[in-house]
Amino acid sequence: MMNHLTEEQYVLYYYGEGDDSPAVRAHLDACEACRAEYANLQRVLNVVDSAPVPERDARYGAQVWNRLKLRDKPRGWPWFFPGRHWAAAALVATLIVAAFLAGRYYPKGQTGAQSAKAGQVRERILLVAVGDHLERSQTVLLELVNAQPGQSLDVASERERAGDLVAENRLYRQTALHTGDTGVASVLGDLEPVLLEIAHEPDRITPEEVESLRRRIEGDGILFKVRVVGSTVRRREATAPPPPSRNSL
Amino acid sequence: MELSDSVVVAQARAGDSGAFRVLVERHSRNLFRLAFRMTGHQQDAEDVVQETFLRAYKQLSKFDERASFGTWLYRIAANCSLDLIRARKRRAAQTEPAAQEGAPDPMQSLPDPSPAPDRLALSGEIGEKVNAVLGGLSEMERTAFVMRHYEGMCIDDIGRTLGVQPNSAKHSIFRAVQKLRRALEPLVSAA
Repeated sequence: MMNHLTEEQYVLYYYGEGDDSPAVRAHLDACEACRAEYANLQRVLNVVDSAPVPERDARYGAQVWNRLKLRDKPRGWPWFFPGRHWAAAALVATLIVAAFLAGRYYPKGQTGAQSAKAGQVRERILLVAVGDHLERSQTVLLELVNAQPGQSLDVASERERAGDLVAENRLYRQTALHTGDTGVASVLGDLEPVLLEIAHEPDRITPEEVESLRRRIEGDGILFKVRVVGSTVRRREATAPPPPSRNSL
Repeated sequence: MELSDSVVVAQARAGDSGAFRVLVERHSRNLFRLAFRMTGHQQDAEDVVQETFLRAYKQLSKFDERASFGTWLYRIAANCSLDLIRARKRRAAQTEPAAQEGAPDPMQSLPDPSPAPDRLALSGEIGEKVNAVLGGLSEMERTAFVMRHYEGMCIDDIGRTLGVQPNSAKHSIFRAVQKLRRALEPLVSAA
């Protein structure tokens, strides 16, 4: 008789995988301890099936299709910032910058250590926001650079997103200038006119306009700069201290 | 007679948006189920389904016709779900330092003390507990486990879908099962 079964053998047997199913079956028939152990596993995995999943009826696929509206917006947009959230994103950017600057210039009633710590926390929050902004800008630029050459292009989605990014970009650039972060300010300064140009495009652009936009993005090296500064910001963000816990004194 | 995915995909690649609609209608429910198991939230799952089809549409020209369209969609959906989970964690880390490095194992932070097993069984709270445990698994463990346990995919397919070796997928499933057993066995045995 083989040794007692391992947990891996139980799992593979339960799912009908593995080459030694007949041997495992034979062992279970003969070994009470392993049979009991396998029964425990079965009970747990059967219970796992009880985790509820909301039902979607047969019309769900049609509803998804309607939401996609592929005929109008074949280029798509990232889920983590759907259109309805763009105005809110710009508002959040304003609040972050305002909070950052207010804290920076009016640290009343704080000791030196408290003030320094609060400054680091604000800097981290701003870095996170700028990092996200650069990522979203990069997504827009990439979609245009990677467009199929020689074809007209529907850029309604990119245009809308670029318009919102311009507003945020200005805020972050001014903040970076205030804080002496010249590297970030410089790249945001280069990014702004490109975003503006995209924001002023019509909904559909000709193959020549696509090519011109691509040349503009690639010629300025803006995509490369955004990538480099974006990853630098993310690194700084990772090393900056996190916000204090709710229970800290 | 219903056309096979490969025929419909070929029509969609030829620019027939009606064909892509067929694919959306055919696969949405399965993708929703996978996305919900992965993310644990209805709205997130809806977003994942939508994003999956947008990505699929944009990348349709890159799809290898010899492969299964359903598996390809699953792979995109799994990646979308993981992107969403990562984004959610990043946002949480901005406000919750406990989620940073050195934080306790999420398995330890599950609600405790647990309600009595009979009450759990009756009220469906076991299901919620299961979701909580799934939420504490690593990305790879949860993805591989959801695909194996709920979607019935074989380990080789899971490896292909996730772009990892079958052995790696298999061990992720083992670890997921171990964690589920550790968390749920006391409840199940007492029931």
